[in-house]
Amino acid sequence: MKPTDIGVPDYFHKVVDCQWACPAHTPVPEYIRRIAQGRFSGCLHDQLGVERFPGILGRTCDRPCEPACRRGRVEENQGEKPEPVAICRLKRVAADYKEDIRDRLPKPAAKENGKRVACVGAGPASLTVARDLAPLGYHVTVFDADPRAGGMIRTQIPKFRLPESVIDEEVGYILDLGVDFRPNHRVESLKQLLGQGYDAVFVGSGAPRGRDLELPGRSEAAKHIHVGIEWLASVSFGHITRVGRRVIVLGGGNTAMDCCRSARRLGGEDVKVVVRSGFEEMKASPWEKEDAMHEGIPILNFLVPVAFTHDEGRLTGMDFEQVKAVYDDRGRRSLVPTGEPVQHFECDEVLVAVGQENAFPWIERDAGLEFDQWGMPVLDSITLQSTKPGVFFGGDAALGPKNIIWAVAHGHDAAISIDKYCRGEDVALRPAPLTNLVSQKMGIHEWIYDNQIVPDARNRVPLKELTIALKDLRQEVELGFDPELAWKEAQRCLNCDVQTVFAPKLCIECDACVDICPMDCITFTADGEEAEVRARLMAPASDLSQDLYVGAGLATGRIMAKDEDVCLHCGLCAERCPTGAWDMKKFTLEMTHAGPGCRESAAPRRAA
Amino acid sequence: MTYLTKPKLHHPELPANALGFTRRDYEGTISTLCAGCGHDSISAAIIQACWELAIEPHRVAKLSGIGCSSKTPTYFLDKSHGFNSVHGRMPSVLTGANLANRDLIYLGVSGDGDSASIGLGQFAHSMRRGVNMTYIVENNGVYGLTKGQFSATADRGSKSKRGALNTEEGIDLAILALQLGATYVARSFSGDKAQLVPLIKGALTHPGAAFLDVISPCVAFNNHEGSTRSYDYVRNHNEAVNRLDVITVRKEITAEYPPGSVQEVRQHDGSMLHLRKLAEDYDASSRIAAMSHVQSRYAHGEIVTGLLYVEADADDLHANLGTTAVPLNGLGEKELCPGQAALDRLNASLR
Repeated sequence: MKPTDIGVPDYFHKVVDCQWACPAHTPVPEYIRRIAQGRFSGCLHDQLGVERFPGILGRTCDRPCEPACRRGRVEENQGEKPEPVAICRLKRVAADYKEDIRDRLPKPAAKENGKRVACVGAGPASLTVARDLAPLGYHVTVFDADPRAGGMIRTQIPKFRLPESVIDEEVGYILDLGVDFRPNHRVESLKQLLGQGYDAVFVGSGAPRGRDLELPGRSEAAKHIHVGIEWLASVSFGHITRVGRRVIVLGGGNTAMDCCRSARRLGGEDVKVVVRSGFEEMKASPWEKEDAMHEGIPILNFLVPVAFTHDEGRLTGMDFEQVKAVYDDRGRRSLVPTGEPVQHFECDEVLVAVGQENAFPWIERDAGLEFDQWGMPVLDSITLQSTKPGVFFGGDAALGPKNIIWAVAHGHDAAISIDKYCRGEDVALRPAPLTNLVSQKMGIHEWIYDNQIVPDARNRVPLKELTIALKDLRQEVELGFDPELAWKEAQRCLNCDVQTVFAPKLCIECDACVDICPMDCITFTADGEEAEVRARLMAPASDLSQDLYVGAGLATGRIMAKDEDVCLHCGLCAERCPTGAWDMKKFTLEMTHAGPGCRESAAPRRAA
Repeated sequence: MTYLTKPKLHHPELPANALGFTRRDYEGTISTLCAGCGHDSISAAIIQACWELAIEPHRVAKLSGIGCSSKTPTYFLDKSHGFNSVHGRMPSVLTGANLANRDLIYLGVSGDGDSASIGLGQFAHSMRRGVNMTYIVENNGVYGLTKGQFSATADRGSKSKRGALNTEEGIDLAILALQLGATYVARSFSGDKAQLVPLIKGALTHPGAAFLDVISPCVAFNNHEGSTRSYDYVRNHNEAVNRLDVITVRKEITAEYPPGSVQEVRQHDGSMLHLRKLAEDYDASSRIAAMSHVQSRYAHGEIVTGLLYVEADADDLHANLGTTAVPLNGLGEKELCPGQAALDRLNASLR
C-alpha cells in the first residue's frame, strides 16, 4: 500500500468525523473541550468559526455531525444503545452561558470600500454573507419581504423550539455591523435590482414555496386546508392563533413535525401525522419524530392521501389508501396498495407539509442567468457563481432545500467569491483551509488534552413539563444542559482532533502500541493490496469510509497499518511508545475567510 | 510506566471464545513497566494464548519471584490465582501448590536473574522433578530493576549500555532445561507473537515440565549496539527451526501441509502439536539433537528459536510419586487423617 501522506490537509480532517461531516467544518472537538473547561465565550471566538449562530444552531441544526460521530461507532455491541455525543445541544450551552461577547466579534468597517452588495432574503445564507463582507468595508444591503430579519429561522421554526430573543440577539450582531437592512421589501425583479448599480448580488431567498396537494375536495374545503410553511409563518407572525380540535398533518419531514407540534399548542387536541412512507424512511430527523411523539402525537405510516371529504364547504376528514413497501431486485422501493378498504379519518383542519420547492418568479428568464430543467439556477458548486458573473446564490436557493448549516457554509463560500469578484480576481482561485498539527505532549506522562475515556451513555436534555409546554406556543420545550450536565456530556467526546501521528523512522517495532491499544486499531504486518490488508489486521477493518493510516520504512520491511475507524484517541499508543514514534498531535483547521488572506496579492499560506 | 487507565471499551467486533470471553477478559491491570518493554509483549501473548485455548481464568495459578518479569502476572489474567514469592523461589512454591492441587494449570513466570542466578537451583530441580507447569523465563540479559548490570544469561563479549564487555560465560537456560529432563523446551522472542503464542499454548497443554526461554529486550538498558538482546540483534540472528500449530481436542484439523514437512506430536489429553519444519533436518523429538543444534548454531552467532524439544509421552511429578489423583482440597478428613493404625502400618513398613 502507499504510505499515508499526512501532509494532505484532508487526511486528518476526515478523521475528525464531526468536523468533516459539518458543511461549515465547525471545529467540534475544540469547542466541546472549551465548554468542558467552562470557557463558554471562548467557544465563540471568531477564529474558531462557531460564533455565527450558536444559539440558533444549538437548537435547530440538522446536526450532520452526530450520525458521523465516532462515539456512536465505538459504543456498538457494548452497553445499551450506541449514541453519538450530543454535539448540537452542547453548542447551545456555549450560547446560553457566555458572557458579553461583543468585543470578540468583528467590528464594523472603519470606512467603506466603495463596493455595494445586494442580498436577496434575510435568511441564514444572506446574513452570513453580510457578516463576512460588512467588516471588510462592503456596503451590504439586505432585502426581505418580512418585517424582521432571519428568514426561515424566524418564520418556519416554531418559537417553542427557538425563542425569538435568541434570533434577535444573533441576527442583531450581524445587522449591527452596519448592514443596510430593508424590511418589508420584496424584490420583484432581478433586472431592476441589477439596474441599481450593485457590484454583486447574492440570492439567498430560500425555498419559499410549500408543495400543495391537488386531490378531490381540495378547492371545496380550501378554508381548512393550509400549506405547512405558510401556516407556520402565519403562526410565527401571530396571524393565526387557533386551530381546529382535530388536525391531520400530511408529510414526514421536519416541517410536518413543526406543524403538528404547533397545532398541539393552538388548541389541537387530536393531532396526528399521516405519512406515505414507512417510519424509518421519513425525512424528519429521528429526534424531531421523538419530540412529536413525546407530545402525544401519533405518526401513522404507509397511508397515501386520496381525497379530502367535505360537507357544504366544511372539511370533514380525509380518505387514505393503505400501501406497503415493495422492493425490486435492485433495491428500489415502490409503494403498492394493499387492497384494503379506504380508511377515513375525521378532522377539522389539514396541514400539508409534503415538501418545499424553489421559486424564482422574480428572476426574469432573460436576465442573463441560465436555469436547469428543474428550474434551478446553473451554478459552480464551489464558487456558487451563476452564469451571470456578478450574481451568486446560496442556501436553499442554490441547491434546493437543505438546512441552516448548509446555508451558513454557502454564505462563507459566496462571500469569498463576491470579495474576489469585486476586486476583479478569479473567483475559482481560492486558498485551501489552513491546517496545523501541534504535539499535545507536555512531559513524560502529561498531555495537554483530557484523554480519560468515560463509559457514560448519552445525557438527555431536560425538558419542560409537558402540561406547561403545551399551553404556550412560545414556551421553550428544551431547557438545555446546565454547565454541570454539559461537562458530563462533554466528557463523552473522544477528542478525535487529537491525532495519532506515526514516525516510522523512530519505530523499533516492539509491539507496545499493538499490545496496549484497547480497540485493536494498530497492526504491524506484511505489505499488500488494501482490500487484502484490511482483512488481516488485528481487527478486520470493514468500514471502507474510514482510512487506513499506513506507515512504511520500518527495519523489518513490514508496514504499520492503523484503522482509524474506532480509535478512541486515548493516547495509550503514544504513552507506551519507548521512542516517541507515536505522538498525539492536535489537528486544527481554519476555514478560508473572505478577506485579504484569499486575495491574489496575499502571501502564500503555510502548508500543513 | 503508564498513568492512563486503559479504557474498558473494546473493538465492536472483538470475538468471543467458547466460554463467551473476549481477549480483554484475560487482561490484568495496566503495566507499570517501562514503555516498550518486551515483557509486556509476552504478557499480551499469554493473554492471547489463554483466550485461544478458552481456559477458565479461575483454573489458572500464576506464580512468580522477584524482578521486572515477576511483576508481570499482575498485568494478565486478573481473575486467576496468583502468588508473588520470594526471589528465586517461585519453583518450590509452585511445586508445593501443584502437589496440593494438581487440577490447576500452573504458570510460573520468572526472569533471568530470578532463574539463572539466585534461583538456579530451584529452576534445576523443578525441571528434573517434572513438575507439570509452564515455566516462562523473560530473558533480557540484564538486571533492569538495578539499572542494567549483566545477568547470568548475558552472552560473553556482549556490551553493556555503559560500554563494559561481559567477560563471563552466559548460562543458556534452554540447554539446561534440556539436560535436566524438561519434556517441552522452546525458545522464542517477545517481538514475534506469531511464533510465541502457539508455543505458550503448547506449553499450557503439555502434561509435564514445559520450559520457555523468551528473549525479551530491555528497552531501558539492553537495546543498544553491541547488545545481543536488542530488538535489532535478535531479529537479525534469529533462526527459527519450526512453527507450531496447537490443535486442541475440541478443534477440527483444517490446516493442510505438504507431505514430510510436518512433525506431529499427540499429547496425553488428545491435543496435537503440529510442527511445521523450517529447518529441514531438525528433529524436535530428539533431546540430544536439540542440544547439539542449539549449541552449534550458537557458535555461529545464531539464536535458535521454535519448539526445540517435546516428549510425546511425558509424565509429571504426580505420576512419578504415585500421588492421589484427587486434589487435597477434594479429600475428606478420613482420607487426609487416616488415623493411628495407618500411621503404625506405615512406620512398620519402614523399619
